[in-house]
Amino acid sequence: MNTASLPLPGWITFGLIPLINLVLAFFFSGLVVWFIGENPFDALALMLEGALGSGEGIGFTLYFATNFIFTGLSVAVAIHAGLFNIGSEGQAYVGGLGAALVALSLDHYVPWYVTMPFAILGAALFGAGWAFIPAFLQAKRGSHIVITTIMFNFIGAALMVYLLVNVLIVPGKMAPETRTFLEGGQLPKLDWLMALFGLKLGPAPFNVSFLVALVMCVVVWALIWRTKLGYEMRTLGVSPSAAVYAGIPYARTVIIAMLISGGLAGMMALNPVLGSSGRLQVEFVGGAGFVGIAVSLMGRNHPAGIILAAILFGILYQGGDWVSFEMPNITREMIVVIQGLVILFAGALEYMARPALARLYYSMARKA
Amino acid sequence: MSQAPAIELVGIDKKFGAVHANKNINLAVAKGSIHGIIGENGAGKSTLMSILYGFYHADSGEIRVGGTPVTIRDSQAAINAGIGMVHQHFMLVENFTVLENLVLGAEGGMLLAGGVARARAELKRLAKDYGLEVDPDAVIEELPVGLQQRVEILKAMYRGAEILILDEPTGVLTPAEADHLFRILGVLRDQGKTVILITHKLREIMAITDTVSVMRRGEMVATRKTAETTVEELAELMVGRRVLLRVEKGEAKPGAVVLSVRNLTVKDGRGVTMVDNVSFDVRAGEIVGIAGVAGNGQSELLEAISGIRMPASGEILIDGEPIGKADPARLRDLGLAHIPEDRHHMGLVLRFEEYENAILGYHRDPKYGGLFLDLDAIRKDAIEKIEKYDIRPPNPRLRTANFSGGNQQKIVVAREIERDPKLLLIGQPTRGVDIGAIEFIHRRIIDMRDAGKAQLLVSVELDEIRALSDRILVMFAGQIVGEKTADAGEQTLGLMMAGIAA
Repeated sequence: MNTASLPLPGWITFGLIPLINLVLAFFFSGLVVWFIGENPFDALALMLEGALGSGEGIGFTLYFATNFIFTGLSVAVAIHAGLFNIGSEGQAYVGGLGAALVALSLDHYVPWYVTMPFAILGAALFGAGWAFIPAFLQAKRGSHIVITTIMFNFIGAALMVYLLVNVLIVPGKMAPETRTFLEGGQLPKLDWLMALFGLKLGPAPFNVSFLVALVMCVVVWALIWRTKLGYEMRTLGVSPSAAVYAGIPYARTVIIAMLISGGLAGMMALNPVLGSSGRLQVEFVGGAGFVGIAVSLMGRNHPAGIILAAILFGILYQGGDWVSFEMPNITREMIVVIQGLVILFAGALEYMARPALARLYYSMARKA
Repeated sequence: MSQAPAIELVGIDKKFGAVHANKNINLAVAKGSIHGIIGENGAGKSTLMSILYGFYHADSGEIRVGGTPVTIRDSQAAINAGIGMVHQHFMLVENFTVLENLVLGAEGGMLLAGGVARARAELKRLAKDYGLEVDPDAVIEELPVGLQQRVEILKAMYRGAEILILDEPTGVLTPAEADHLFRILGVLRDQGKTVILITHKLREIMAITDTVSVMRRGEMVATRKTAETTVEELAELMVGRRVLLRVEKGEAKPGAVVLSVRNLTVKDGRGVTMVDNVSFDVRAGEIVGIAGVAGNGQSELLEAISGIRMPASGEILIDGEPIGKADPARLRDLGLAHIPEDRHHMGLVLRFEEYENAILGYHRDPKYGGLFLDLDAIRKDAIEKIEKYDIRPPNPRLRTANFSGGNQQKIVVAREIERDPKLLLIGQPTRGVDIGAIEFIHRRIIDMRDAGKAQLLVSVELDEIRALSDRILVMFAGQIVGEKTADAGEQTLGLMMAGIAA
């Protein structure tokens, strides 16, 4: 029986189905943990304790979540225009260069709140710039964006390593990283925000980038659903043939959408580079670009959903670190397996439970 | 009636969520007869046939074949029960031969050779008995549509179908091909097969069926002997009120030339010439109809004029000015509006809410906001159109996909006509639209003409072309093979559409 077209109430689609997917992911993760001889319930308890059990844990969770909100928004904007941007990882990496250059040149002279807007701009410009070439190739030459963006992740990584090793490195130092920014180039932590809830942040790098991320959520929401540009992007994304009919220019819309997407990915660099380490380091993105794909899928490409999904993945990251620390059998790689399962169930198998639920719902509705 | 009906439906009931698609349907089809089922779009015909063919399961009710109750779980079970189906969109593998399509799914063993040899012999017998001649080794994509349909019928017969269901079979056929199909159906009936014909064309019902059942809003409202009913009665039963089958219109008063097409040649995506050196004019205050069997270049012609497809050569002029490489947005500014042939893929974004589609193509107009969408203005505008065009349900926040075909088309028609364009391109204005809405849309088109607008109409419904057009151009194989006045006979036009006479 065909159930795909049957409408279901919102609480099932947006509440129950994601919850079931999550439970399934945890169930299979539990099996994996059990196979290697640890108690899955202990592991879960540890994970929650590590991620949410203290002010510091929450601080780290929200720090990771901040990264994922930016990259999730980046992926979502592109998806709304029908583009699958897999290059958020590389765009964020190159965006870090923009942010760092601003910090390096301004931190001697101005306080952080002057540096920040320029750093946001620099990060966004560099991220957008890195997205421009794949966007141009897609728009004008029909080169598939999935292929080009993933290739640009590798090129970006190579470029950044080259620059850090040969150009930006502090002379005489071994580590491929820039000098540490002065106070004028570092974003303050949000300990006052945690204090409002009676929590102590401790050493967690939870910083004002989180607030920037929330502002960008509102901006993206307005862009997609309230502007004419967003309308054109959504038309192109859902029905390219209707977009042609409506006179929506394909090349222009594709390029603009990718520039915005790349810009949002680039802004992600603000959080680790200016907010946490205070310098530009190799591999600082750490897979956040790819997690952004899962976050966007799970959050149904809506900023509100992206915030929730980003926090979930923040919990997985921070709690996972905690578990691997407490349970030596569960290595960092195991945590990646668990994150992979969540992505699998929440993203790729999003609709697996739907037919069964639809049938159940309708048989219950008929009896009622 | 001593014999049990070939097929009998008793109390079939089917709901999709809140939609009651079939309400307690009872239907008996006599063996060796042609039984028509008519109804507007969304009346539940397709659902009923899908239940019969195992795509859906009825919530309650019983299906009897030859008097014996059967459970039809899937299409294989339907085939086993002797039910064959010819879909509106053919289910053929385009690059396979007729024979290969015939044995597909009924290969009869690991190796093809045996099954193919059996099929060849069987095909010969079927061709002889029923007049279903077709070259067994021809590749499907090289066959004309009429023959492709014949292959579909053969597929059903090869699988031993005693009951043949045809869903809107004449939509893609020329009048001559349709007549041929009806002759075949007649032979099938005379050989004792049972035929169920689903259509919305009343003329076909009158021409070929023995009995006719009318569906309306999920209910079977009447069954009549075809000989004892009239087109008017059936139309009234379908719609539930009296309808005008042909809109009244006065003489056209053609004014200045608005659209000129000069030596236009258009190629499709594969580089095949679809429009071949075509020239014509459309004047203010007249409707020029383009008749032709689907796929003879009408679609590409409309796409070229509306700026969607770049012509290979030739010129298009609006008010005497060449449009050059203008895109659809620019052409709208020049006063061109376009009701596209395919509302699902062009005219509408089905996932959008109604009000979002009410501005599609005109969304850049400052009255709908600057950088931001002025939602208040857009929705107010949408509600005005909903009221004026009686679009139901009257809810601008409803997803477009949830409107019926007729109401979706009204959304497009309202959007394009209410812009008050000087030139309107109209493609298949009433495809998949119910009779009530057809009357309304035709009325609007005539009103536009009387208001002095130039209109170019493309339709595969010859009746529609003849009812609306002031001049008729016939297109065949990308060329305009002749021009006739509106009172040209169906026979004449039909022959021209088949490329036989000019």
